[in-house]
Amino acid sequence: MRLDEQTRGDFPILARTVNGHPLVYLDSAASSQKPRAVLEAMDQYYTTSHANVHRSIHTLGEEATELYEAARDRVQRFIGAASREEVVFTRGTTDGINLVAEALGRALRPGDEILITDMEHHSNIVPWQMAARDRRVRVRSIPLTGDGLLDLEAFDRMLSERTKVVAFTHVSNVLGTITPVAQLCRRARAAGAVTVIDGAQAAPHLPLDMSALGCDFYVFSSHKMLGPTGIGVLWARRAVLDALEPTRGGGEMIKEVWIDRARWNDLPWRFEPGTPPIAEAVGLMAAIAYLEKLGMERVAEHEGALARATVEQLAAIPGVIVYGPRAGVPRGAVVAFSVDGLHPHDVAALLDQQGIAVRAGHHCAQPLMRWCGVVGTARASFSLYNSSEEVALLSHALASLRTGL
Amino acid sequence: MTPAPPAALYSDVIRERWRRPRFRGELPDATAVAEDVNPLCGDRVRMMLRVEDGQVAAARFAGDSCAICTASADVVAETVEGKTAAEATKLTTEDVLTILQTDVRPTRLRCVALPLTVLQQALQP
Repeated sequence: MRLDEQTRGDFPILARTVNGHPLVYLDSAASSQKPRAVLEAMDQYYTTSHANVHRSIHTLGEEATELYEAARDRVQRFIGAASREEVVFTRGTTDGINLVAEALGRALRPGDEILITDMEHHSNIVPWQMAARDRRVRVRSIPLTGDGLLDLEAFDRMLSERTKVVAFTHVSNVLGTITPVAQLCRRARAAGAVTVIDGAQAAPHLPLDMSALGCDFYVFSSHKMLGPTGIGVLWARRAVLDALEPTRGGGEMIKEVWIDRARWNDLPWRFEPGTPPIAEAVGLMAAIAYLEKLGMERVAEHEGALARATVEQLAAIPGVIVYGPRAGVPRGAVVAFSVDGLHPHDVAALLDQQGIAVRAGHHCAQPLMRWCGVVGTARASFSLYNSSEEVALLSHALASLRTGL
Repeated sequence: MTPAPPAALYSDVIRERWRRPRFRGELPDATAVAEDVNPLCGDRVRMMLRVEDGQVAAARFAGDSCAICTASADVVAETVEGKTAAEATKLTTEDVLTILQTDVRPTRLRCVALPLTVLQQALQP
């Protein structure tokens, strides 16, 4: 059975109509929809077990703590982390990158360099600008080749003993480009730089194995991988995390507090001050269970096939331009495109009239938009519940769009 | 399943102004110029005004924007021509929507509002 046929019924929202048409949800790269299992797990948690975690010596508190920490174990297995201490819960990818940038930033010295790439999301650009600010640290960006891949020769030229951090995306949220993480991390490590990977678009789409990637930090969000909003994961190698000074203080991240000082808690709680997103962790755990039951290889294959079909069909429509790696090059589950003579927002609004939800705008990647030579693009993105019929609906709609405005 | 052809999404005024804006262009002798972007989508609008004795003698706009924003900029430029600078700054989003004969969803209100914001920046004393 096709993956979409198998899973579609698990997503209640997909049964609704939009503007009189069945919903065709092609915006999962922005945020995916949630299966009933996730909604029920969170509902069950709030209905039966909610209390604050960790220091509540009563039954509910113990149940909540058990669930929260079980979610951590589940994440550890899902991403192939060496130990549960390496898994820190954050509020999301943006929060995770900010945490790392702030903490690493403190150790940066004048003349140091941070390397990013021309295809980063703003959340993997701005935190580094902030870390560099006032420290006379330079943020440099690795350019792209003509077909939207990282220019590895340029990377080698830019990498030097001044490079302290290399931060880049695993899968581009616009081009769909999959970066050679292991290869880049090997070179960065040889140069003495720490690597930070934005996995927001990879975690929902690809099987992950931290031990094979060879990076130092890896961050992703729950809400793009069938889980709830408000929680994300920061993974870091144990040794790296152990050496990192926490930048956010509060309850739970300490062992002992005096008026003038404090002693930090063990990993991973050292980086989780305050009440964590408990119900969200329970939801994320259910989302991972759901994905694992299907198998991430199968998910990647299904979504990859949809993206390939979209590239093929859209490229054949006169006036439609498709961005990103050429056909045959593996890509993530996103396809950015533009329609000649139509602004991307108008394209999205016209498609919405037919119940088709796509993203339009700069996708929080303005430097990349400049590289593409446009203000913005439209973007279709896929999850396991999308079907080839929906791809066909999109291309039919686009083919007839130019009469619509 | 064949999708139904899209019904007109935008009012006739918006579509007409998007296809053939009357006030798009440069104003080399402009005395007041401002430019800004819509942070949601990256759309960019520049308003160019020639103000003589407190009166907007000419107005033009330039930029890269969606149909609603372009139509709004066109209407704003047309409406302020001949008005005093003080009158021009009083133009509201509601006024522009009335002229465009449309109502927009909250997500698109900023497309209408951007040319007005830029106008007000240009006319700031």
